[in-house]
Order: sequence, then C-alpha cells, then structure tokens
Amino acid sequence: MSELAIETCGLNYKFGNQKVIDELSLKVEKGSIYGFLGPNGAGKTTTIKVLLNLLQSPRDTVFVFGKDVNTHRIETLRKIGALVEQPAIYGHLTGKQNLYNRCILLGIPRSKALDMLQLVGLKDASDKKAGKYSLGMKQRLGIALALLPDPELLLLDEPTNGLDPNGIIEIRNLMVELTSKHQKTILVSSHLLAEIERIATHVGIINKGKLLFQGTIAELHSFAKPNLTIQVEPVELAAELLAAKGYQIRYGSQQNTLELAYSSKEDSSAINTMLVQSGCLVSSIHMEKTDLEHLFLDITQSN
Amino acid sequence: MNALIISLRSEFYKSKNTLAFWASILLPVFICGAITLGFYSNSDKILRMHYPPEVLWLNFAGSALGVMGMLILPFYVIFMAFSVNNIEHKNDTWKSLFAQPLNKFSIYAAKYLYGLLLIFICLFLFLGLTYLSAHLLHWLIPAQRFDAYNPLEMLSKIYLKLFLSAWSILSLQFVMSLIWGDFLKPMGIGFIGVILGIIAASKGWEYAYLIPYSHPTLALSARKSASVPTLFTQDIYSSLVFAAILFILGYFIVAKKSIK
Repeated sequence: MSELAIETCGLNYKFGNQKVIDELSLKVEKGSIYGFLGPNGAGKTTTIKVLLNLLQSPRDTVFVFGKDVNTHRIETLRKIGALVEQPAIYGHLTGKQNLYNRCILLGIPRSKALDMLQLVGLKDASDKKAGKYSLGMKQRLGIALALLPDPELLLLDEPTNGLDPNGIIEIRNLMVELTSKHQKTILVSSHLLAEIERIATHVGIINKGKLLFQGTIAELHSFAKPNLTIQVEPVELAAELLAAKGYQIRYGSQQNTLELAYSSKEDSSAINTMLVQSGCLVSSIHMEKTDLEHLFLDITQSN
Repeated sequence: MNALIISLRSEFYKSKNTLAFWASILLPVFICGAITLGFYSNSDKILRMHYPPEVLWLNFAGSALGVMGMLILPFYVIFMAFSVNNIEHKNDTWKSLFAQPLNKFSIYAAKYLYGLLLIFICLFLFLGLTYLSAHLLHWLIPAQRFDAYNPLEMLSKIYLKLFLSAWSILSLQFVMSLIWGDFLKPMGIGFIGVILGIIAASKGWEYAYLIPYSHPTLALSARKSASVPTLFTQDIYSSLVFAAILFILGYFIVAKKSIK
C-alpha cells in the first residue's frame, strides 16, 4: 500500500501557451505537514486545483492515496478537505447556514457544523451573514468547511491569509494537532517560509511551475551553504585582494562587510592573515549559515 | 440518483431566501391578486356584459395568461436561469462545489431541474390561484357565474403547455449563464431574443417555432376559444428538442469546465 498521500509524476499544466506547472513531481507522505512554498504566481494554487480535479490533468500523473484523481475523482475527493484561494462561501447565508449547506452535500449530521464553528472560534458569529464577515472570519469559516468532512488529507491554500497573530497561532496549533493526534496529512501552501518552517515536517519549494527543492526541513537546513562574513576597512582594498586570490565575493548588507563562501577554518584564518598583513583592519570574521528565508529567496531567485 | 437529490436539496437550501425563489411564489400571488381585485371592483361593468360562463372564465384566466405567458414568463425564465448559476459565480463557489465528492452531472442536473421546478411552482400557483380566486369572486359576487363552467382541464393543459414551452428558453439561458458570470450578456441577449420571439410569433412567421423565445407566445396564440388545447404542437416539440440538445451541451461545458 502506498505511503504517499499525494504523488504527481512529471505533471505539466498550461493556461493557453503559458506553462504554469513544469514537470512537477510532488511526494507528500502520509501524516506529514507538507509546506508548499513559492512566491506569488509560482503555481501553488494551480497545483492544488489539479489535485482537486478542478483543472484537468493528463491521466496517470496525479495520485491521491495511490488513486488516479482523473479515474477515481469521487473516491479521492471523499478523503480531501480543501481551502482554495479566498474561501468559497455564500455571502447571503450565515456562517452556520454555509456549514449546514455543506452538511447536506456531504450527508453528515448538522451537529458537526456546530462543532466546527466552535473549533474555529466562530460560534458567536454563527448567525451573522457570511458576506459581512471580516477577511479573517471568512478564512476561519473556509477552514471549518474544509475540516467538516473529517478528511484524511487537507489542502490549505494560504490558510492564515488575513488572520491576526492570535488566529495564525491557533491555526498553526490546529494543524499540528490534526497531524499528531488525528493522523491527518496536510499540504499547506504559503509564500512565507517563516510561517511554514515552524510547523512543516516536509517542504517543497516551487517557482515558475518548477519544483526546486523537496525534502524534510532538516534537509533544507543542510542545503543551506554557510558564508564567511568579514567586517573590514577599507572594504574596497579587501575586496580587490580577495578577488585577486580568486574568491567570489559580494558586498554584505551592513557597511564595510564582505561575504564569500565558507570552506574551512584554516581557509578563514588564511584570509584573515592575508588581509591584516596587507594593511586592512579586520574587526570581525565569522561563519554565518544562511537562514531559511534567505535560502528560500536564493533558491527561487536563482530559478 | 442520491447525488442528484442531495444537490437538489442543497440548491433549495441555498436559494430559499433569494429573490429567484420568492419570485416564483410572489409573481402569481401579485398578478392573480391584482386581476381578482380588478374583477371585483369592476363587477358591475362585467355583469352588464352578460358573459356566458365560458367567456367569463376565458376573460378572467386570459388576463393572467396574457400578461404572464407573453411577457413575464420569458423574462422570469431568463432571470431564473441567471440566478441559479449566478449564486455560484457571485460567491466564487464553483470551485468548492466541484471539489465535493459528487458527480458533476448531478450538480449540473440539479441546478437545471431546480430552475425547472421553480418555473413549475410558479405556473402551478398561477393555475391554482386563478381557479381559487375565480371561485372567491363567485362567493363574493354570486352573480359572477364562475361556478357554471369548469375550466380546470383546459387551464391545466394551457399551463402545462406554457411550462413545456419555457424549457427551450430556460435551457438556452442556462447555458449562457453557465458560461458567463456577468448579468449583462445573458440578460441582454435574452431581452433581444424575447422581443424578436414575440414579433416573430405574433406576425405568424412560419419558422417562428425555431426560435426558443417564440415558444411561449406560440403556445398561447391558438387560444381563441374555450376548447381544450392540443398539448403537443410543433412549437412544443421544438421546445423539447431545443431543451434536450442544450441540456446535453450544457453538461459538456460543465464537464470540461476548468475552474481557473
């Protein structure tokens, strides 16, 4: 039996002539929180829509719990709860009625709707027209709708959009609880790595439709190559000396700093000695690991 | 079948507080109420005409049929087809609807059937209220001899014919409202279509039966006596064929619909 909740095999998708998904091979393990990262327009939402069979994909390219979504559409959709882009809610119905309507479609008792309202903190606003909800409230209602069928797999497209800090923390905690206590699998998309790295067990980074990285958070950390940061005066002379020695250097964000790839302690000492002997004033020299945010930017910008 | 019933229940739940649903009830109540009031307040004038019961009935029922069948019904059907689909366009809910574990045909067919059902309710209420309000008039003014003739069979057939004649417009407008999310395109085309349809049918153009918007006018145009009409005439067959073709076409549009 497949241990993958989601698998796409070299998936391609085009809007007209524009390729929006390019040879995408996602592998989302059961029970994981998969952070699906990429800048706006990278192809995250399109991928989620393909997983939901809202956009037609070629046969044998998209599998959910080992089943092709094209040939087992209803069977796979029964296992999925989804929040795609802005929450799809009926503005003329109240929050409670939106959930009741979904209960009708899913054939589940109405009492479940009340539990969900309680869970996402909308119980007091349950009789208010959903069209009058704030963006954060709509997002919560969207999450409640996604959770309503108690799905094995949750596809959440930027679920914390519009939520206040408390709301963001609550949703994060909820996702962790759903995977740890209820063995759910969650694919959560975001364009903010900082938001994802706190909860995700796995990460996929997509840009311009291409999957640039896929692995665990630990693998992503190890992927980050360290830099040697030198604070030195005069910085121009130091840059010339290092360039003459064949180092690839770049100016740091702070004044009088240079950055180059870290190789070893010995090499760092040799650089320090060379700069001091050449009359430069080195006030600090240290190894710095690229944080994930910068790594994310490096990965997506290099594409 | 189960998915179809579920989808139908959901359609009802979603639209029970909307104008589209209430229009199907309020329209016959207002129109029949106004005609009854008119007959009641002008009873002296009507009594002076000494109409035989059949003609009295024809005048009374014809007032509702004329207003409803020729003009209001086509526009109501256009509005209905728009509303049933617009509820999803407006709220951007097609994506969540098609992400439910229900087959697309049931979702589509339920929307179409719901539109038909509302038109049926509307026309059924017209029939029922016409019949009941005539008897109410007789009860209030016994000299108005609505009791002396029973038009139920004739009226049932006319309204059934009117209902069947509306299928083609509903199907055509339904497809347009499925494709376009905005109000203007389907309503604009529908408006022009109704005007052209009425002109074509009332001028007796021999191919008017090929225009869906002509069908309600054609369905009523043969009514010159109190005889029971023939149900399946050329225009009704044409309406049903249009409806069948457009219903199938609509399904292919839905099945291939990519939610961008």
